[in-house]
Amino acid sequence: MFLPRLLPMLALLTSGAAHVVAGPATAYCQWQSVDFAIAAPLCGLQGDALRGRAIAADGHAGNCIACHQMPIPEADFHGTVGPPLHGVGGRYTAAQLRLRIVDEQAVNPMTIMPGFYRDPARANRIADDWFGRTMLTAQQVEDLVAYLVTLK
Amino acid sequence: MRAKPFFAALVGIAVWLFTGLASAEPLSGYTFLDPSTQAMQDDDFENPGMVAVDRGETLFHELREAEEYRCSDCHGDGADGLEPAGIARYPVYNAGLGGLVTLQKQINHCWEIHMDRFPLLPGDGQLIALGTYVRHKAKGEPVNVQTDGDMAPLLAHGEALYNTRFGQLDLACRHCHVQHQGQRLRGQTLSQGQANGFPEYRLGRGRITSFQQRLTECFVSFRAEPFDYGSEEYDLLELYVTARGNGLPIETPAVRF
Ligand code: HEC
Ligand code: HEC
Repeated sequence: MFLPRLLPMLALLTSGAAHVVAGPATAYCQWQSVDFAIAAPLCGLQGDALRGRAIAADGHAGNCIACHQMPIPEADFHGTVGPPLHGVGGRYTAAQLRLRIVDEQAVNPMTIMPGFYRDPARANRIADDWFGRTMLTAQQVEDLVAYLVTLK
Repeated sequence: MRAKPFFAALVGIAVWLFTGLASAEPLSGYTFLDPSTQAMQDDDFENPGMVAVDRGETLFHELREAEEYRCSDCHGDGADGLEPAGIARYPVYNAGLGGLVTLQKQINHCWEIHMDRFPLLPGDGQLIALGTYVRHKAKGEPVNVQTDGDMAPLLAHGEALYNTRFGQLDLACRHCHVQHQGQRLRGQTLSQGQANGFPEYRLGRGRITSFQQRLTECFVSFRAEPFDYGSEEYDLLELYVTARGNGLPIETPAVRF
């Protein structure tokens, strides 16, 4: 009886950090935001939309569906904390989407949405396991950008 | 192009302020539960937290070898000497005990000073069981924490902590429990994160949980380094969150996911 209720818990927001093992820290690439957009791909990497879709739904990776409803029907329990992302590729350019994933606080200082590629040195009381790490790697962010621009 | 994010930020600030006001009316976590979990909490025979109440009751009346006092010698058989209205005041300000005193600290003080026992660690299961028993005695009593006088500056400090961003996700309590209360985070509905049900039984963990243990779970979820149980920071957060729910009925032991 508890199992269906347990499942969403397992992938709440960060999948109960205790079970998640932090990957090796990758070198942090500086980025620059101009006019609320980051024009250059992080570390000059190329994204892959299919991988991005998987990252968005993966409770151990982007876990975007914890807060956003997305056109990923096979994933359960899309959250309602953020706006639905259907059509978001029609509303924003790739460069604007990149900033929103990298550091939404740069757009809205009050936001609950985590910055997935902020400078880790700015974190306050980050848990030891995550010290010096961004939420996602530069490659994962680029994959997400490549995926979101397809959501017209 | 430029105007849009600025506008979004303004709307964000407006929503932030507005939800702060809208949340002036406290709602128990009970309100956000599904009916079957509410029914489980309401039925003493089904409520799994009652096991901790029973354990606390035993400890309350237990006289250990070569000891002079047990809790019930001072507070009455069945804790009859403890006033529900008094229990509903915790955390209290007690200059004699150095200022802010949570219920757990008060119990540990009696344990050590009046019963001459080795003090328990802040997260100790016996302390939590005793706290569950004592607070269950005040079930239904409205939470009534002092907010003026000596308490005022401590509350302000607790509120500041409540609004401070922590961890890799860079989140404050306020983001989840004020700004987005009632919304779904994955499969869970965010409540106001009130304290009136503690210690409470957690179905997902299968154990009784103190308020500060719950705080640590929230800290871990946004990948922040938790504070220690009984630390100044946790006690101040307990004070602020409990006072934020002044007027809510005590539900100990509440049942939550
Ligand atoms: C903890 C909640 C949360 C998580 C997790 C989250 N977001 Fe968001 N997101 C929000 C909120 C809330 C907004 C609304 C704007 C704001 O608050 O600044 C938002 C806004 C956005 C926007 C702008 C949408 C619009 O229509 O204006 C995009 C794009 C976005 N998020 C993408 C993502 C992606 C991609 C991920 C995962 C890598 C993600 N979000 C994870 C809460 C979240
Ligand atoms: C990332 C989101 C998030 C943040 C930030 C967060 N919490 Fe929570 N909290 C939750 C979730 C999810 C639950 C379980 C569902 C509920 O009751 O809201 C919860 C539950 C609680 C509860 C139990 C409520 C009850 O009725 O049993 C308390 C108390 C609480 N949180 C306090 C805090 C405090 C204090 C902070 C800041 C230190 C905090 N939370 C930060 C997500 C969060």
